[in-house]
Amino acid sequence: MSGRGQILSWLYVTPLMLVLIPFFVAPILVVLAASFFQSDGFGGLIADPTFQNYTEIFSSKLTANLYAETIEFTILTWLFSLIIGFWVAYFLVFHIRNPLLAIGLFLLCTVPFWTSNIIRMISWIPLLGKEGLINTALLRVGVINEPLEFLLFSGFSVVVAYVHQLTIFMIVPIFNAMARIDKRIVEAALDAGASRLDIMRMIILPLSKNGIALGSIFVVSIVMGDFFVIKVMSGGGSASVVGALYEDVGVLQYPSAAASAVVLTIVVTLLVALILRTVDIRKELTR
Amino acid sequence: MAKDNGFSKTPANEKVSGARAKAKGPSRRALLKAGGALLGGAAGAGAITGFPTIWAQEIKDIELRHVGVSYSVVKAIGDQASKDLGFKVTMQNLDTTAAINRFITQPDSVDIADVEGWQSKLATKRGILQGIEVKKIKEFDNILPIFTKGELEGHKIPREGISPYEAMYIEKPNSTELHDGVTDWMTFLPQVYNADSIGYRPDLIDHPVTEWKDLIDPKFKGKAAILDVPAIGIMDAALCFESAGLIKYGNKGNMTKKEIDFTADKLIELKKAGQFRATWTTFDQSVQLMAAGEVIIQSMWSPAVAAVRVKGIPCVYAPVNEKSGKEGYRGWCNGMALMKHLSGKKLDAAYEYLNWYLSGWQGAFVSRYGYYSPVPPTAKKYMTETEWAYWYEGKPAPSDITDPYGVPMEKAGTVRDGGSFVKRVTNIVCWNTLMDEAAYMNKRWNDFKVA
Repeated sequence: MSGRGQILSWLYVTPLMLVLIPFFVAPILVVLAASFFQSDGFGGLIADPTFQNYTEIFSSKLTANLYAETIEFTILTWLFSLIIGFWVAYFLVFHIRNPLLAIGLFLLCTVPFWTSNIIRMISWIPLLGKEGLINTALLRVGVINEPLEFLLFSGFSVVVAYVHQLTIFMIVPIFNAMARIDKRIVEAALDAGASRLDIMRMIILPLSKNGIALGSIFVVSIVMGDFFVIKVMSGGGSASVVGALYEDVGVLQYPSAAASAVVLTIVVTLLVALILRTVDIRKELTR
Repeated sequence: MAKDNGFSKTPANEKVSGARAKAKGPSRRALLKAGGALLGGAAGAGAITGFPTIWAQEIKDIELRHVGVSYSVVKAIGDQASKDLGFKVTMQNLDTTAAINRFITQPDSVDIADVEGWQSKLATKRGILQGIEVKKIKEFDNILPIFTKGELEGHKIPREGISPYEAMYIEKPNSTELHDGVTDWMTFLPQVYNADSIGYRPDLIDHPVTEWKDLIDPKFKGKAAILDVPAIGIMDAALCFESAGLIKYGNKGNMTKKEIDFTADKLIELKKAGQFRATWTTFDQSVQLMAAGEVIIQSMWSPAVAAVRVKGIPCVYAPVNEKSGKEGYRGWCNGMALMKHLSGKKLDAAYEYLNWYLSGWQGAFVSRYGYYSPVPPTAKKYMTETEWAYWYEGKPAPSDITDPYGVPMEKAGTVRDGGSFVKRVTNIVCWNTLMDEAAYMNKRWNDFKVA
């Protein structure tokens, strides 16, 4: 019995393994190996194992600065997309009585995401620029005398673009988790004299925790692994971990780029592990 | 110019004018064809229709993949080549980083690599190219002495950075070391080049800009931008600091660690003081920054200045002629290299393609957005007198000037910024490069970005 069961389980995982091993595990191993090699400066790898790439990363102040900046953007994006995503999902689930309408509105939320995220990012530029819509309007109304420069090519515009791009990743899982909350629990709590705050704190938040965690994983890993939004929306004024790594590739310094990639993978894995500690995703998915 | 990210579609106006160009296409192409037939009949024909019929049958299945950056590897040129040559040329665009990485890691996926001088040096060292046989290049003897002697009209072309001349020759077809001076073998065949400087808004800056130091003048605080491609951005910065008398570099194109530190620290200082509104990486970004009023002075590329002007916004490409050891343009040059795997008929076709490039049509095409041909006399045959006078001779345009796609660009009487070809090229003081300390420079550049 156990023998047959084992074979069966192996069969079950085979398709996934067939995809994961060549397309995920093998490349990661190649990157890992390259991170211990040396560069000849002309794009060649010298297979003479060294820790130098790592010691350079960990001894450089640049690494700390890059991570500080990237993590700052990650936290801000996470916070704002969570706040917006949570309330949108809450509204859809608890305030729209007609479930069909709720689904309809939910689908409406995804409409902006049918266009490319590059287009969605770039369209902020004419809005936020020195001679953009917002500044022109404020100047005309007379609220300001000088255009507000912080609106574009700043940390502000980076966060705006990220939140705009990523809030949907919060809305979907939180909506999903909230939709599963039995409305009778809320009614029972109301009957028992709970305040709205109590219901939020003791029922809705704990029960949508899984959704929040899933959304957070999406947002955190996307922002940590991105460089394009930062590059464009900060007007090149800010750098990111991946951006710096890409510049290394540009001058054919593969080993140091590989080492940076390995370090970033570990950092993101740790962050995701931290998030997963707060919830049992497996339970969530099989419920 | 050295890098764009695929989002930009240089040459100028390709996107803007795509539709219009299409509408005008046939008539213009017919015109060019007619003109080409007339003029080419005299001299260019050899390069274009030099195949025996049997061979023409055999080559029609050949496909050449010409891979490189969008401002140098242009679809319209590939289409014309396919038409003239009878085999298929496919143009593939990548940004500088992706291009050099592809040449090195997947050399067999490329037939013709479009490389800059420094990339050619790298590719030669890696042994992924085969030498181009000089005697198979019909126009070789007419190639400007910039590329054969390292000089133009008696003026020595400076070799700070990697000048095309320096990276062009090898002793044997499979050498991995460059050779100084003409040999029988080339690493790459130059096809397009230019001299880069600063673009500015003459309506918002009260004096004509002729010096790099204006870019870092506190007067333009928050209204300046610099190119964010480390390898060449740092050279633009170096030109600024040298112009302001802050430092004298041994070789701007190959700085010492100390010089890199000075430059990076100074850039960080300027950034903290709010000098830069932004930095840019793609052609389009630079056009937008200028056109949207975000900046009034920035390092820029020639067709980008033209693209701003086409929008009706005044913009001047600063003539930064060399004076007392300061100023000057940063030059760049792209050329075609043959990948090692080419052989037999495909190699023959590749040589036909290289020869077609120098036969004039392409030279005229790139000249219409401000770049230069290595064999100007052949390009001249495909240009109108007006175009030749404006782009090469630096004379007031006898009549209106249009871009390669037929969009009106300049009014009659306009003089090209910086003047004639000779004047602009002889004022190049350094060339795009990859420094020995590139890895260190990159780290310091990132310090600047994150500051």
